[in-house]
Amino acid sequence: MKNRTFLVFVGPSLFLMFLFIAGPLMSVAWQSVHITRAVYEEVETELCTPGFLTQKCTMEIRTQPQLDENGRQISETVFVGFESYKNLLQPQVAFENIKEGSWAKLSNINFFKALRFTLTFTLITLPLVLGIGLLVALTVNQVIQSLRGPIIFISLLPFVITPVIGALSFRWLFVGDGILTALLEWWLERDIAMFAQGWTIEVLMLSYRVWHVAPFAFIVFYAGLQTVNRDTLESAIVDGATRWQRLKLVILPHLSPLILFVSIIHLMDSYRVFEEVIGFRSQAHVISLQWLTYNFLTLDETGNRMISRASASSMLTMIGIVFLLLFPLRSTWREHQKRRSG
Amino acid sequence: MSESSFLPKSLQLSKSLKLLSNGFLSIWCLIAVFPLLWITLMSLKYPLDAFSANPLVVIFGPGTLSAGASINFFDLLLVILWVVVAFLGIKRWQAEKNLGSKNWLYLGISIGWLFAAVALTELSATLREQLGADFFLSTPLLGMTTEHFQSVWIEQEFYQQFFNSLFVTTGVVSISLTVGTLAGYGLARSGSNWAFWILMTALVFRALPHSVLVSGYLPWFINSAEWLRPIFGEATLTLYGQPWAIIVVLASINQPFTIWMLRSFFQNIPRELDEAARIDGCSHGEAFVRVIVPVMWPGVLTAGLFSFLLAYNDYLVAALLLDAQNQTMVPAISGYFNRETTSTDQVEAVAAAVSITAPLFVLVMVFQKQLVSGLTQGAVKG
Repeated sequence: MKNRTFLVFVGPSLFLMFLFIAGPLMSVAWQSVHITRAVYEEVETELCTPGFLTQKCTMEIRTQPQLDENGRQISETVFVGFESYKNLLQPQVAFENIKEGSWAKLSNINFFKALRFTLTFTLITLPLVLGIGLLVALTVNQVIQSLRGPIIFISLLPFVITPVIGALSFRWLFVGDGILTALLEWWLERDIAMFAQGWTIEVLMLSYRVWHVAPFAFIVFYAGLQTVNRDTLESAIVDGATRWQRLKLVILPHLSPLILFVSIIHLMDSYRVFEEVIGFRSQAHVISLQWLTYNFLTLDETGNRMISRASASSMLTMIGIVFLLLFPLRSTWREHQKRRSG
Repeated sequence: MSESSFLPKSLQLSKSLKLLSNGFLSIWCLIAVFPLLWITLMSLKYPLDAFSANPLVVIFGPGTLSAGASINFFDLLLVILWVVVAFLGIKRWQAEKNLGSKNWLYLGISIGWLFAAVALTELSATLREQLGADFFLSTPLLGMTTEHFQSVWIEQEFYQQFFNSLFVTTGVVSISLTVGTLAGYGLARSGSNWAFWILMTALVFRALPHSVLVSGYLPWFINSAEWLRPIFGEATLTLYGQPWAIIVVLASINQPFTIWMLRSFFQNIPRELDEAARIDGCSHGEAFVRVIVPVMWPGVLTAGLFSFLLAYNDYLVAALLLDAQNQTMVPAISGYFNRETTSTDQVEAVAAAVSITAPLFVLVMVFQKQLVSGLTQGAVKG
């Protein structure tokens, strides 16, 4: 395909991605070092109160927002350097806390609180999703053909459901004396409030995410299992391999590219965890990086949006993504080089 | 006849392992379906039953029953009949080899089926009157009420949000498919370094949290009247709060995923097909229209499903870029749970959540095969 025809085909898509993805990214970088604020002016006014014989007058300097001819506030955009980043990270306080080694104090700073949760969330859900997905795939592979369709149907439901709604439905099962809290209370014979402390909410958020994503891993692994070479399996049996050895030495190596694929997708998706915070309404206890940005972007009590701070937290979030994707991208690039030379 | 009977003896599971494996699978299926099933049950009960700690109360709804809202044996029979016929129809549709030949017929039948539901409700009511409450088929069986759904959809005008969602999803699906199909085809047929870099950049873009992008849009959208005025004159609208602006944003956010998926789909269409057309004197564009377009619909359908899911399930973008009047369904539900002061409000929130989930349920039912192929396509082809 000639370069020009290629451009005609790809052009519209490139245009959209440039205007609505690359453009905003540059805008975010610029916004994070600038701040838009109302212009204030100092006005000297004479305040007089009536007194006996003479008025009592005092001169007072007041600061007030400057207005334009329509009576609207004038605002200006100024370069502030890394001020928004500093507000976000509070490096001095953070360093002191790290020196003292007190993790609890460090998570008083919202950014570190969000970072801590986002990272643990990503790392804990990954093995669970892979493990449960693999187990379901292996067991479905043993079931008679006519049952597989309905099982796949049921398994797809958690995957397609709107994340906020899924999280809400979990919440309704546990909130107050919800049906599953009641079950837990009956089983452990003690009073339980699932939404009173951070860690129980976190457990719920983790289990929701595993419930939501495990079907994806299952479907991918199940498709991979259909292409396992049966001859290899049978010769492994002839050689006396146990079931566990067959799984470890034949099936898992065959699935390894798929495991890598699911891991990358899952890392990307769970790094931007957000809907769980909304659905479980956990913001008082647990927040995520994406929720932090979201919160800066919503109107606060004074009717302002903290655009600059949101941009700064966006930039920091993106640094994380670069680290996340560095390894998979490098291996893809090497493969591409090999394919071109080979 | 089970497939496992064809397996060599040594590949079959031992009895105990089989029991373990089937047990695990049953538990998985139960966990997968339970939360959705349960909120559906809750949405059909009065608050006292819906939030009861006793599961039997939630299932049978004695409080709802005594309040006079119930379903009798005959109703239950009609509902089961209706669902079974719908299910068989869908199975029939899925078995159809040649998708597209009778689509209009099936659309007609399914719309007819929806009306049949209304007719059946009427029929049941008439029968109840005719036969009287003493007749054994019309004794109340389960406590059940559709009151909360009525209140959500009619009194609180949830249909407005439904139409907003419909508008946004239709727009997103059509734009992202039109643009994505062209790009996917171009990328599949070009082996240049450019194509590789575009795909890699798209992968990085796919990983971006949406809030990062929205913080890029928001100031521009709010002040758009100012900076667009020189171009469009005084009639310029503010982009903030416009559903069509959301459409373009969501379609663009979805582009990276769409082009990856469609590219791997087009790679499966043999190159010889368009090369033959090229030898006959077609340009690339003509070859695309005449040879590729007729065979691309299964892949486009699959990509369309995933675009639909992204647009339909989106909370963040719509919540930040639309105002309350033009809200789509998913962010609008936060209005319900912020208000959740009385227990009736809570059940109404549940009913709204069930309403949002129902179309997705139908989607999986009808397009299961396409969803599965979409999920595995990216993985198997890399």
